[in-house]
Amino acid sequence: MGAQLRVYRRQIKSTQSTQKITKAMELIAASRIVKAQNRVNAARPYADELTRALGALGKDTSLKHPLLTGLAEPKRTGILVVTSDRGLAGGYSANALKKANELAAQVRADGKEPVLYVIGRKGVGFYRFRQIPVAGSWTGFSEQPKFLDARDATETVVSALQATSEAESGEAAGIDELYVVYTRFESMVTQTPVAVQVAPVRASQDAIEALEGTEASEDSDGPGPSYDFEPEPEELLGALLPRYISARIFSALLESAASESAARRRAMKSASDNASDLIKTYTRLANQARQAEITQEISEIVGGADALAAAGSDQ
Amino acid sequence: MATMQVELVSVERPIWSGEATAVYARTSEGEIGVLPGHAPLLGALAPGWLVRIQQADGVEQRIAVHGGFLSVREDGVSVLAEMAESADEIDVARAHAALERSGSGSGEGTVAARDRALARLRAAGEQV
Repeated sequence: MGAQLRVYRRQIKSTQSTQKITKAMELIAASRIVKAQNRVNAARPYADELTRALGALGKDTSLKHPLLTGLAEPKRTGILVVTSDRGLAGGYSANALKKANELAAQVRADGKEPVLYVIGRKGVGFYRFRQIPVAGSWTGFSEQPKFLDARDATETVVSALQATSEAESGEAAGIDELYVVYTRFESMVTQTPVAVQVAPVRASQDAIEALEGTEASEDSDGPGPSYDFEPEPEELLGALLPRYISARIFSALLESAASESAARRRAMKSASDNASDLIKTYTRLANQARQAEITQEISEIVGGADALAAAGSDQ
Repeated sequence: MATMQVELVSVERPIWSGEATAVYARTSEGEIGVLPGHAPLLGALAPGWLVRIQQADGVEQRIAVHGGFLSVREDGVSVLAEMAESADEIDVARAHAALERSGSGSGEGTVAARDRALARLRAAGEQV
């Protein structure tokens, strides 16, 4: 076997084994999308009920709570970025980080100080490499987030929110606002990174819809139910709001997990397709090399025979 | 006997839903029993206790609820829990061990651990 042919055969073999791996990862990612979507759906009733409860409570506009209304002049803005733990997912983490950087620049332009919280190894690496300080980071659960894993992150963020930037000197300064940057799962083929404001709750879009939603339904059905509260509304609100914010963060994590798997499936699919193309090209080249070798051998034999015949006739 | 629609959902998944004749829980104000037709109510559940649901067929569901809310509406009752475990999922021996470990400390984490263990044991029907 000629040297050139051997080189091509080796290339084909190595591309085939790479393709096996990318194919397997594609299938794993595809099955994880479905699982992740199921988890998003399973978590929805809780979020809906909580939003409804908050809607019932929030109708009373006289209630004041820093997490609900925020400060008049927010100084420090928390940004929670959700990225993946592993690469091989195309632009998934890079896009989320880009969105976070845009938001941070916007926050700075507004004269506030961005405070970064990062979930996922890729994001941690990104900021460490650029030597940008982060206020907190959590890794190891980006693909299949459990509430217990997420709780550490949500508790830290919520307590920072409760501390606010007006924290006593000596204590770590908190944050006044919170944005979550995550990747929204639009469909199997589109996932878009988005930045949503989660706190103060009254400024966040979903909560506004919830509050308006309850008011609208009230208009149609006459006076809505007037709730009894146990304990007093203020105290209840204080207990409800942190839970609401954690639920929002957790649902962002779940949706990001679905997006991550979808991004990985697509990246791995195009890698497998590229591998098929490469194998095809190398096979053609290998065939050509084989034929060239045969042709050369024939012409060498014919040439040799001719030379022998010529040498014989000379005698 | 009148029944009502009851849902118990945790952050991760719905735990139980169905028709029930009564729901017993403990809010920060005290023990409360909800029968069909109860006035709308929103309450925070006390840590370290359980929620009992009297099913329409007479069976009683005992569920340990950690960090929960009770919401009573005209069309039903929902219990929201950060975490919830039904009695048959609870490892009694482990909960006892956790209770002993948490002892009588007063740190924030210790109190939470003790409440969790207490809720589990009470749901499992142990005397604590």
